[in-house]
Amino acid sequence: MKRSLRPLAATAVIFIIAYALSVLQFPSMLSTRVLGNFLTDNAFLGIAAVGMTFVIISGGIDLSVGAVIGFTGVLVAVLISWMGIHPLLAFAIALGVAGLFGAAMGLTIHFLNVPSFIVTLAGMFLARGGASVITQDSVPINHDFYGTVTGLIIRLPGGGRLSFIGLLMIAIFILGALLAHRTRFGSYVYALGGNEVSASLMGVPVARTTVQIYMLSSMLAALAGIVFSFYTSAGYPLAAVGVELDAISAVVIGGTLLTGGYGFVLGTFVGVMLLGLVQTYIIFDGTLSSWWTKIVIGVLLFLFIVLQRVIFAASTPGEKSPEKA
Amino acid sequence: MKRLHLERLANPQLLALAGVLLINWLLFPNFFRITWQDGRLFGSLIDVINRGAPVAILAIGMTGVIATKGVDLSVGAIMAVCGAVAATMVVAGYPTPVAVIAALAVGLACGLWNGFLVAVLDIQPIIATLVLMVAGRGIAQLITEGSIVTFNDPALIFIGTGSFLGLPMAAVIALVLMVLVTFLVRRTAIGLFIQAIGVNRAAASLSGIRSRMLLMLVYALSGFCAAIAGIVVAADIRGADANNSGLWLELDAILAVVIGGTSLLGGRFSIPMAVVGALIIQAMNTGILVSGFRPEFNLIVKAGMIILILLIQSPLAGRLFTGRLVPAKAARK
Repeated sequence: MKRSLRPLAATAVIFIIAYALSVLQFPSMLSTRVLGNFLTDNAFLGIAAVGMTFVIISGGIDLSVGAVIGFTGVLVAVLISWMGIHPLLAFAIALGVAGLFGAAMGLTIHFLNVPSFIVTLAGMFLARGGASVITQDSVPINHDFYGTVTGLIIRLPGGGRLSFIGLLMIAIFILGALLAHRTRFGSYVYALGGNEVSASLMGVPVARTTVQIYMLSSMLAALAGIVFSFYTSAGYPLAAVGVELDAISAVVIGGTLLTGGYGFVLGTFVGVMLLGLVQTYIIFDGTLSSWWTKIVIGVLLFLFIVLQRVIFAASTPGEKSPEKA
Repeated sequence: MKRLHLERLANPQLLALAGVLLINWLLFPNFFRITWQDGRLFGSLIDVINRGAPVAILAIGMTGVIATKGVDLSVGAIMAVCGAVAATMVVAGYPTPVAVIAALAVGLACGLWNGFLVAVLDIQPIIATLVLMVAGRGIAQLITEGSIVTFNDPALIFIGTGSFLGLPMAAVIALVLMVLVTFLVRRTAIGLFIQAIGVNRAAASLSGIRSRMLLMLVYALSGFCAAIAGIVVAADIRGADANNSGLWLELDAILAVVIGGTSLLGGRFSIPMAVVGALIIQAMNTGILVSGFRPEFNLIVKAGMIILILLIQSPLAGRLFTGRLVPAKAARK
């Protein structure tokens, strides 16, 4: 058990060391204000990353996440601003559409027996193209409900603010962790990622679980899109391009094994925070350009992949490493 | 037998290309008109070949990677890096050949890095190449210092916009590369070895194939092709744009390879058909543009195309065609 917790521990230790070093350099980084913004700024990424964690634990990948975020933003904005629908109803519609979208991807992956990577690639094109066909421009959202929700903040001592969307992300992470580690669905997901054939022989409903996993991922991506629309008060078809890569990076850095069957939802939380820390540090530094973010994330990704390799020593080449927990 | 296999593969792709071109012709009657002007050919058809060249070049390298059951997500980022290297070196006053060779060497090095991660560290290809996909654009921006580096070097510009025997230079490069690589893999045993690795790497290793070396080679070739594509694209716009050069082209390249009949599960591949796949994608692009639709429709059409190919390639369709609806044993390993 100890061995299996190592990647998570490594991520947590690296986060704490990195944060401590940043604080040594810029003492003001240790404030509730910065911590509160950590949560608010990364809320949409975090929510999308929870769904991605489930997909990756099941041995798949979902490239459509960023496009679904963009599509949901546009859909919600159009429903609210052009059609005058109440935001809550618009959210329900958006989540429903995303659920169907995810179910379609899951069905395709299972019944056509094709890699998730190519199916979700088609999903990405479809969602991004669909958003661009609805509108080319940024659609602003001016609804009282949005003002009310963005006004819901908890003030912390020291000037920090815990926003509604930041808290929502934390809630999603807690629910995600419970779903992964405490429910039957969660065990099915792990079983699928370990070995699909043995999972089905053990009586795991493979088809249903696959569909549910991709529904979950798409619906969480839609929720991330709603959160993103709170964050920007607009819907834009090219919003959140490449977020799927950030989400995958956060999941990997959080200690989830890419071959599936092993991982932690809460590790992803640390991964998201580590990505947020890199961005915040670069903003604080001021002299480093934003492209360093990408390089640092790439390096982190590399380090964690190698770390996983070292911990779960490779078995025969060309085979999944079967070790689990 | 190999030859027969190739011919059997050839038909659907060429038919699809002919079909797309025919639709374009119906939408736009002047589609096939080619004129000779200023010592080169002009026309929509030539435009398709010219615009399709970068994806075709990427697809040549990508075919080898996918044939080994891998995938290379970093080619778009490598394009940006190599375009940036060539542009900044030319601007700094290095002679053009030196700049081009340096850019090609960088592409090769990027490919070797991917190959090292996949072959030696045994990391899943999607993830191994993801590292460079994320970091590569940052590196490219580091090289160009965040700006778009423009240049006026005539020799370098010629690579992107010049013409050879009336054909656009980019298309000539793609064609030569296709012929060379096809000969390399089909006239030697390399192609067979690549297929063997794609079908079963462990078995290939046990039968004495040096799978590590070959995997390194395949990823190095992909990086090299990405470097060529990066130089062509940079030369075409006379500048290196670290943010947008080759953006999402890795997906187009993968799509081209899949349209070309190469199996994503490894083992079966065809380089010329991948190039035809790239032309099909570009012909559709051009068709959507000339018929007055918004370019965004492209994404939806591409998505539809992927779904169609998956349906055709799926075991389910195979069972429908053969009339045996009894499910085969779990085909996926």
